[in-house]
Amino acid sequence: MWNWATHPVSWLSFLGMLIGTVVILLLTLVVVMYSIYWQRKFIGWIQLRIGPNRVGPFGLLQTAADVFKLLIKEDIIPNKVDRVLFMIAPIIAFVPSFMALSVIPFSRTHVFTANIAVGALFYLALSAITIHGVMIGGWASNNKYALIGSMRSAAQMLSFEIPLGMSIVGVVLMAGSINLNDIIAGQQHSVWYIIPQVLGCIVFLIASTGELNRTPFDLPEAESELVAGYHTEYSGFRFAFFMLTEYVYLFAMAGLFATLFLGGWSGPWLPGWLWFAIKALIYITFQFWVQATMPRMRVDKVMPFAWKVLLPLALFNLVITAVLKAVL
Amino acid sequence: MFHYWNPYFLIVLYVVLGIFLPVASIWVIGPILRPNKPSEAKGSTYESGLEPVGDAHVRYNARYYLFALMFVVFDVETLFLYPWAVAFKKLGMFALTEMLIFIVLLVIGLAYAWRKKVLEWT
Repeated sequence: MWNWATHPVSWLSFLGMLIGTVVILLLTLVVVMYSIYWQRKFIGWIQLRIGPNRVGPFGLLQTAADVFKLLIKEDIIPNKVDRVLFMIAPIIAFVPSFMALSVIPFSRTHVFTANIAVGALFYLALSAITIHGVMIGGWASNNKYALIGSMRSAAQMLSFEIPLGMSIVGVVLMAGSINLNDIIAGQQHSVWYIIPQVLGCIVFLIASTGELNRTPFDLPEAESELVAGYHTEYSGFRFAFFMLTEYVYLFAMAGLFATLFLGGWSGPWLPGWLWFAIKALIYITFQFWVQATMPRMRVDKVMPFAWKVLLPLALFNLVITAVLKAVL
Repeated sequence: MFHYWNPYFLIVLYVVLGIFLPVASIWVIGPILRPNKPSEAKGSTYESGLEPVGDAHVRYNARYYLFALMFVVFDVETLFLYPWAVAFKKLGMFALTEMLIFIVLLVIGLAYAWRKKVLEWT
């Protein structure tokens, strides 16, 4: 049932694949729910508040209540929108975010995830597709805030994708493979790549924050100037899918960071999935910490920052890594 | 051959399930649970509570256009760098020199764009 990677597909192994996919879907929803809860709780503590504590013990069911509330809210489609594009935009944004999880190796056994040869590249390709969902949603809303927000979002995600991709090349150089499992195997033989690739790791952290549209680069959703950015006109569950996309990408990026720089599921004593969870939680908590600490940057500072600071740094890191690799 | 194709088969399942979740919740379960009482006021475009002025489907300055052009150049560069990085161990010094020339050419392009103030968000 679980041997689909080494045997031709039969009905039984197809059932195994289907169960694996459903498990990952449910896992993703739980992770998203509790990362939203953890965000509110963690930022609450930083700001000397209690955070959510009403629904369920310690407020643990708060996000579930929020999702249910969104489900029973009226789904308003304004008169002037482009109906078809307005309706499919959240799906275009969501599907690639979920597909990106398919290549993240969660544990030693690869029964739930696809062990494809071009893992890192596949992730980058998918994260570029989500820009289309955001652009279509913003344009179809026929709202000025949404239009400006989606334009900013497109420019920003394009700009930060370059340093992100460049910083991954350093890791690929070290491991000699784009396959994420081979990258983990390479780290098991030597050290975690966060040590030799410290510059690349810093560039990755900053660029991924920009790519995820999180503070200090959350200009597409700057609520003090653009209300809510590209999803201003969305309500109910369509809005929920834009939010879900954002947090699924947070999870996927955490998984990618853990895989590329922290050795993925490898580690002593504890089982692999637990190591993966700990490392992903470190990245997610780092993002929330930054969110609670940093003010939002000005829009005319963000885009030049990606091109003038991060891209040269990533190129420098790449050249240094290549030269050292050739000389040593 | 199945070694190669089976993971992609799994990815197809991810796509199917990724479409299934929003379709099921927005079009199947949602309509049963949510009210549907559209009105003229609800259907108007949001513009900070004021009467919306004109239309948003206007000619808008696509400022990201030049960034998109730069993105194409550098994304293709990144794509070339990936196979180079994978084959680096086998090719050795030759690959290093070749790629240094390639990167220097692109850095000249970046410097040119920088001088021409393409990288500014004005």
